[in-house]
Amino acid sequence: MATTAQTQPASLPLPNQSRLARVLDHKPTLIVLCLLPALGLLLVFLSFPLLFGIYLAFTDTRLGRPGEFIGLENYRSLFADRTFWTAVWWTCFYTVFATVLKFGLGLWLALLLNHRLPMKSLLRAIILVPWIVPTVLSAIAFWWIYDPQFSIISYVLVDVLGWRDTYINFLGDPWNARWSLIAANVWRGIPFVAICLLAGLQTIPPSLYEAAMLDGATPWQRFWRITMPMLMPILAIVLAFSVIFTFTDFQLIYAITRGGPANSTHLMATLAFQRAVNGAQLGEGSAIAVAMIPFLICATFVAYFALARRKWQQGGSDD
Amino acid sequence: MASVDIREVRKVFGATQVLHGVSVDIEDGEFVVLVGPSGCGKSTLLRMIAGLETVSAGDILIGNRRVNDVPPKERDIAMVFQNYALYPHMTVFENMAFSLRIRRAPQTEVDRRVRAAAEILGLAPFLERFPRQLSGGQRQRVAMGRAIVRDPQVFLFDEPLSNLDAKLRVAMRTEIKELHQRVGGTTIYVTHDQIEAMTMADRIVVMQSGNVEQMGAPLELYDTPANLFVAGFIGSPAMNFVRGTVRRPNGPMLETGANEMLPLPECPGLEEGRPVTLGVRPEHVTLANEAEGFPIDVVVVEPTGAEIQVIAKHADDDFVAVFRERLDVHPNQRIWLKADLHHAHVFDAESGKVMRA
Ligand SMILES: Nc1ncnc2c1ncn2[C@@H]1O[C@H](COP(=O)(O)OP(=O)(O)OP(=O)(O)O)[C@@H](O)[C@H]1O
Ligand SMILES: [Mg+2]
Repeated sequence: MATTAQTQPASLPLPNQSRLARVLDHKPTLIVLCLLPALGLLLVFLSFPLLFGIYLAFTDTRLGRPGEFIGLENYRSLFADRTFWTAVWWTCFYTVFATVLKFGLGLWLALLLNHRLPMKSLLRAIILVPWIVPTVLSAIAFWWIYDPQFSIISYVLVDVLGWRDTYINFLGDPWNARWSLIAANVWRGIPFVAICLLAGLQTIPPSLYEAAMLDGATPWQRFWRITMPMLMPILAIVLAFSVIFTFTDFQLIYAITRGGPANSTHLMATLAFQRAVNGAQLGEGSAIAVAMIPFLICATFVAYFALARRKWQQGGSDD
Repeated sequence: MASVDIREVRKVFGATQVLHGVSVDIEDGEFVVLVGPSGCGKSTLLRMIAGLETVSAGDILIGNRRVNDVPPKERDIAMVFQNYALYPHMTVFENMAFSLRIRRAPQTEVDRRVRAAAEILGLAPFLERFPRQLSGGQRQRVAMGRAIVRDPQVFLFDEPLSNLDAKLRVAMRTEIKELHQRVGGTTIYVTHDQIEAMTMADRIVVMQSGNVEQMGAPLELYDTPANLFVAGFIGSPAMNFVRGTVRRPNGPMLETGANEMLPLPECPGLEEGRPVTLGVRPEHVTLANEAEGFPIDVVVVEPTGAEIQVIAKHADDDFVAVFRERLDVHPNQRIWLKADLHHAHVFDAESGKVMRA
């Protein structure tokens, strides 16, 4: 009785309000209405460039001249292109080595910061610096560090320590250039990994370590049997992100080597830009960019499904 | 199994001293309960025995071996944490097997020991589940199973039942006690619940602000508390206290703030004018007439069937009385009571020390 008396006036709104009120009370309509702005933005700024890029990859569009549909012709020519295959191979190499190093060092830093250290908050702030500095700025700094004549590394090794006779030609030799780029990428990527993993470490209750300690586990055993499995879900997600960022890296390479020497350090992203904009071959550049998509999807799926979803996280509330 | 000797142990966190010289002797196979109000240092003491906190001063001996500088993993101690500290990424089986795996015990032995412990605790159907898929009581059991499997020198429990509902707590209380009788093992059990302490302990250690107030068998503490704190802490409903001054017209009397005269039991030190506190347990009072009793104003009457609990006001203080006979009393009624002097306690009002237990 009491409830009907209360709800009656609300469900009988004034006539001039009724239509709008009824439409807004309809849940599916409301959901669509609320989602519309977000969907619109996604459509315009994400899906359109992606779909347009995929379309371009099937045409022979050049800068300033609309192209024609040529099917898989771009891919056929890329298939026979040594530079393209070098870029594919180098992109994978770069991603694997940079990621492994970033995760090794990042995890080590996170573990260090998770301990009671003097001046911990200052250290945390310092570690974030490489990430806060704009990439182009740090790339320019590395460009100087790797300069054939003014490199500080060469200066220290040759003039201060006397360990070498000649200055190192960091960016002139393909392998020197590759390792130099990996070092720069690792330096830039460590903060992200370290801070994310540190957040993950801090969600592990200290009493688990105490229980393991009483159960007789050594620090090494505690790391492998408690820390690593508990960290796995976050590790997997950070790994997925890191792989994507590294695989699609552009700024560092473009600012430091521009793909040189002799195209040996072109990543797929820089090669795509080189062909599309500098070479004016929009269609071919798009084809290279589109070729990155399968790699990214694979990497994401592996990282996410192999590592992130754990049975022990499912089921039951955690009260 | 081993004895545990705690000798003049102190603990300092930065500038604050948390334990002020605690000494407890625990015999082989004994079930000792550390009880006291929140923040009195029970957990700290337990964690020092486990080796999770350093000892600031004094000695801890396990089985006659000084362990102050022995790391936790070499002390052979099992601990059940208040939040259970189960490994969330391991099944119940692996949780219990963890310590055996660390010791590289052969698979057959791991199997045998874990299944035996699971049998004792009724966990056999849950061995393949993860901790998240268990109820609070089941998790608590897994935590105990993890301890039993180890067959350690000493079991430590830190408020293991405080996350359970009242009914389950009573059931688990019995179960832990039973387990101790069956498995044996020196056990140190921390709680702030005096009923848990009374029902489970061979011996109770009452602590307050980092000091041991009294040690003894449960009924010993109940019958002969050493001071006001223990008298008020042990027993439920708690002992009633009446403050006043000693007068000696003939025998010793207590003059209360409300100018009543209550008889006191005779004991040494009851000089005229001395401030003392009379302690009377709720069950040690009888109804009396107006001439020889003191008045209380009934606030609530709680019949439990076996007895009637009367919560009342005496002057401005609460006063609780328990009667085994069925009385006809009502709220707002004034009744007169007489204390059973044979069972009454007298405490020095200043120091709180007992004068007559
Ligand atoms: N790491 C620490 N640093 C500083 N003070 C601490 C630390 N750990 C405990 N204390 C202090 O020591 C005192 C005793 O703490 P403890 O945890 O032993 O209490 P407790 O008797 O177990 O209480 P409870 O029943 O609430 O668990 C408290 O006053 C607490 O604030
Ligand atoms: Mg505690």
